[in-house]
Amino acid sequence: MVKTMIEEISGNDSIVYRLDPRVKIVIAILFSVLAAVSNRFVVLIAAFVVGIIILFSTGIQIKEVFKRLVPVNTLLIFLWLFLPFTFAGEHLFSIGPLTGTREGVLFAFRITIKSNSIMLMLITLAASTSIFTIGHAMHQLGMPKKLVHLFFFTYRYLHVMYKEYTRLINSMKIRGFKPKTDLHTYKSYAYLIGMLLVRGFDRSQRVHNAMICRGFRGKLYSLSSFSISKADIIAFILMAGIILILGILEWTQTT
Amino acid sequence: MDTNNLIVNLQDISFGYPGSPLILDKLNLKFFRYDRIGLMGPNGSGKTTMFHIIMGLLKHTSGGMEIFGKSVTKEKEFDEVRRKIGLLFQDADDQLFSPTVLEDVAFGPLNLGMSKNEAIDIAKRTLESLDLAGFENRITYKLSGGEKRLVSLATILAMEPEILLLDEPTAGLDDKTKAKLISILSNLDLSFILISHEIDFLFGITDSIYTMENKRIVSDKEAHLHQHIHSHPHGLYTHKHSNKSSD
Repeated sequence: MVKTMIEEISGNDSIVYRLDPRVKIVIAILFSVLAAVSNRFVVLIAAFVVGIIILFSTGIQIKEVFKRLVPVNTLLIFLWLFLPFTFAGEHLFSIGPLTGTREGVLFAFRITIKSNSIMLMLITLAASTSIFTIGHAMHQLGMPKKLVHLFFFTYRYLHVMYKEYTRLINSMKIRGFKPKTDLHTYKSYAYLIGMLLVRGFDRSQRVHNAMICRGFRGKLYSLSSFSISKADIIAFILMAGIILILGILEWTQTT
Repeated sequence: MDTNNLIVNLQDISFGYPGSPLILDKLNLKFFRYDRIGLMGPNGSGKTTMFHIIMGLLKHTSGGMEIFGKSVTKEKEFDEVRRKIGLLFQDADDQLFSPTVLEDVAFGPLNLGMSKNEAIDIAKRTLESLDLAGFENRITYKLSGGEKRLVSLATILAMEPEILLLDEPTAGLDDKTKAKLISILSNLDLSFILISHEIDFLFGITDSIYTMENKRIVSDKEAHLHQHIHSHPHGLYTHKHSNKSSD
């Protein structure tokens, strides 16, 4: 589970794959901001369609896309359960004593499209670029070094931590541990979390030591070099144009 | 032995964490170029601690330490030590932190100031020399235990050290990988100190075996009545028994 969420999945010979990662990141950010602040349905649906088109140009499998959309949409189900009934507005439908309003439904719908378009864009970004490249591109775009390092190490050690967690859980299970609603269960889980923290800390020290032994002095070097090509510029102008048009569309409506 | 070849000279080194009993107590060690030393000792006897003191990861509480003929105490002075001495950690997951193998092996050379192309070049050559060609783009956390160990060794060798400190390199390896590691180590033109619990392994590739006793290092010659409960597969291999006790 942890593994599949952070892996590259696209076929590696699409236009998007070959674009400069910095261009991809900037576009993804601009696009996400636009999708997040827009309210007009024309704009949101257009953004959603753009997201889908770009995603499929990477040649990614539909199954993989759905797998990654599941977590966001699980969260959205809860919004759909509450929003229609808690918004004041025009009566639309009733379930027993509950009344759903038009405004509530529209609001939930809006959030759903927004989140999914943003997710589509981020999936494209993550699927077409290696994590390490994204990190270095972020660094070159002026992201603080500490955040970039944090990003790298999270990626590398998430899996190790997860393995450590399963090891501890298994050792609890083989000794007959069954979670119940009692103090013993809470205590055991607290020990588990505490143990993970302590081990994580120990490991971070050992990793740091190992890095120091190999001459680490606070600087990570990148093996990937980036260069802006013609395709990058065209892609950037094209996408910036689309985002701008959508932005204007949104803006003219609200004034 | 001439003093020019004296690489590591530990004199009366003591180490302990505040408020706990000493881990090392007046430990002495002279390590010469071309030496291949095996180091045995029970768990928690301070073997790894000694390695970490040599690398400057831990500071000894008393005693003197000379490495490459110079006394080293300050963090800055350890830069050279770390360049010339490679330490292989017990847990390969500690050593391999980059997402891909190539990036990890190139990490050391890049820190030494090599250009990107030089670093990639040396990383590839090192991987090839360990029969790991084609591993460049493998994801480090997905390697098997044996592969992780060999890649860890590559990350150290890529820095072209003069000495290796190997902390239980065979722990958890299957026989095949172990055999490979033995052949790699015995073909390397490097001096090393090797911690292991496997005496047969040590006899195979080291010239002398020291043991850790009473928070100090005891060389094979002094070792009183060190008992051999094992069989000697390397029958031709001479190794010294100071007391002519029965084997």
